[in-house]
Amino acid sequence: MYNRVSIFHLFLWLLGALVLLFIAAPLLGMFFATGKHEFFHTISDKEVTRSIGLTLWTSMAATLIFAAAAVPFAWLLARKKFRFKGLVNAIIDIPIVIPHSAAGIAVLGFISRDTMLGRLGESIGISFVSNPAGIVVAMAFVSLPFLINAARDGFAAVPEKYEKAALNLGASPARVFFTISLPLAWRSIMSGFIMMFARGMSEFGAVVIVAYHPMITPVMIYERFGAFGLAYARPVAVVFILVCLVFFALLRYLSNKSTE
Amino acid sequence: MIALHNISKKFGSFTLADIDLQIEAGEYFVLLGNSGSGKTLLLGCIAGFIQPDMGIITINSEDVTRKPVQKRNAGMVFHDSAVFPHMSVARNIAYPLEIRRYKKKEIALRVAQLAELTGISHLLQRYPAKLSAGEMQRVALARVLTLKPDVLLLDEPLASLDVQLRSGMRQLLRNLNKQGQTIIHVTHDYEEAALLATRVGIIEQGRIIQTGSPGEVFRNPRSAFAARFAGFRNFYEGQIAELNGKKVFSNATLKVVVADGCSLGNCFIVIRSEDIIISREAFASSACNVLNAKIQFIESHHDYTEVTADAGLPFYVKLTAHSVKSMNLNVDDNIFLHFKASAINCITV
Repeated sequence: MYNRVSIFHLFLWLLGALVLLFIAAPLLGMFFATGKHEFFHTISDKEVTRSIGLTLWTSMAATLIFAAAAVPFAWLLARKKFRFKGLVNAIIDIPIVIPHSAAGIAVLGFISRDTMLGRLGESIGISFVSNPAGIVVAMAFVSLPFLINAARDGFAAVPEKYEKAALNLGASPARVFFTISLPLAWRSIMSGFIMMFARGMSEFGAVVIVAYHPMITPVMIYERFGAFGLAYARPVAVVFILVCLVFFALLRYLSNKSTE
Repeated sequence: MIALHNISKKFGSFTLADIDLQIEAGEYFVLLGNSGSGKTLLLGCIAGFIQPDMGIITINSEDVTRKPVQKRNAGMVFHDSAVFPHMSVARNIAYPLEIRRYKKKEIALRVAQLAELTGISHLLQRYPAKLSAGEMQRVALARVLTLKPDVLLLDEPLASLDVQLRSGMRQLLRNLNKQGQTIIHVTHDYEEAALLATRVGIIEQGRIIQTGSPGEVFRNPRSAFAARFAGFRNFYEGQIAELNGKKVFSNATLKVVVADGCSLGNCFIVIRSEDIIISREAFASSACNVLNAKIQFIESHHDYTEVTADAGLPFYVKLTAHSVKSMNLNVDDNIFLHFKASAINCITV
């Protein structure tokens, strides 16, 4: 038996390396262009750390609050047959395919002071515009599809026989959902959480329209770039990317551990 | 008692039609049918997964037709067991008890009892991924028995097991039935039906075409499906014992020598009707069983003729029409039946 390396496969490897380089090179370039001094100056900048904190918690809040409705909805989409299901699935994907600035305009129209929701919020002391609550809504709008799709695929992959067996053993539908469907789809749901969280955290377009202030980090990077130039925006970007990477590594680790 | 009155269900081009069936408490009812005959569908109707279009289902005289699955006490063992993969064996068995808020102590006790009964005590802490198909079936069975179900529904429970495990599982099911558990078991395997059932139903294309004791159904098949097992019509129950160094099968009316490989004790024997030779005179041959018999019926089928001969019990013999003619066989003729010990299949109970 001989194992000659095919020229075609070598070519594929070469293409792959180019793609990888294309992703890694700008990021690495940015890291190397940032001096130690600038870096430490940035992480001790109160404005930056506050903004990163805000970005993290609003994105986490968006994920958790909307998950409460999105995950059960994903189960329905995976299990039930109904009319216009294709249409419903298409609607869920809309936030992914439209420009995020347009999504921001839509969300703003929905939550501004003169809308019903806006007035309702006002009456209990929540203003959405230029407020973390508005940031949460904008982030959720653009990132929700990632959670719903991942959770739906996760539920669909759970063999229905387990749910049937649990019902047959006397479990109520609610108990079946919490003790069988949810744990068995947990890995996919966790991965959906992480995707939604990540997507929310990196959102710029929709948030900048709903709330320029308080400033989430993607908006701050844009503002520093516009006002002071590349050299000022870069250290903030570097710090934020590092924070994102650390968070993802941590969440991935935790989710793998929880499904072991 | 489980009763189905006029159950009908349309499923695309398939219809379950006018099912009328009564299963008494304590019966072991085996529903025998090919895949696609509707037998699993019917089980689904009893369990409540499928809502019939028409008809009524009662369990212990209570109409359960519209009752949700979780409120019927009809425990089901699925064809591929459906043991929850994210719970240990012990938690799987405890699951129905936790739902009913039993005390921890009671749960532990009941789990231990059922594990003992089903022979899985040593597996309680394991997870399903590390179990064999046979062990999974036992876990599923133990789990469903915690409910003390009014009826136990089994969907091809032995299909995924190898031959050795099957006989152990059969023994377990038979014991459960002896303790009074009503069982409805669907299968495509007539041997299972013969070995387990107190009553058999044959289902074909969504209709139940025959019910009766295994003996009745297999000896007098009323359908092509049951008749496909026509070779199975020489089917006798009795014991095998050792006699003068030979293994001999006997019951009240029959005594035949069987192959040395057969195990002793209670069993069924099966002789294919092609393996029996008819003669006018007794003669010495390699066939060690020679029975005196009298012809009861001669029935012509399009490609063979079947002679029914009474040798204490009816024997069915397949011949060509040509042989019947050349031997000039007629009803009431006295004949001899010859068959080799090795032509007898022993199925140990």
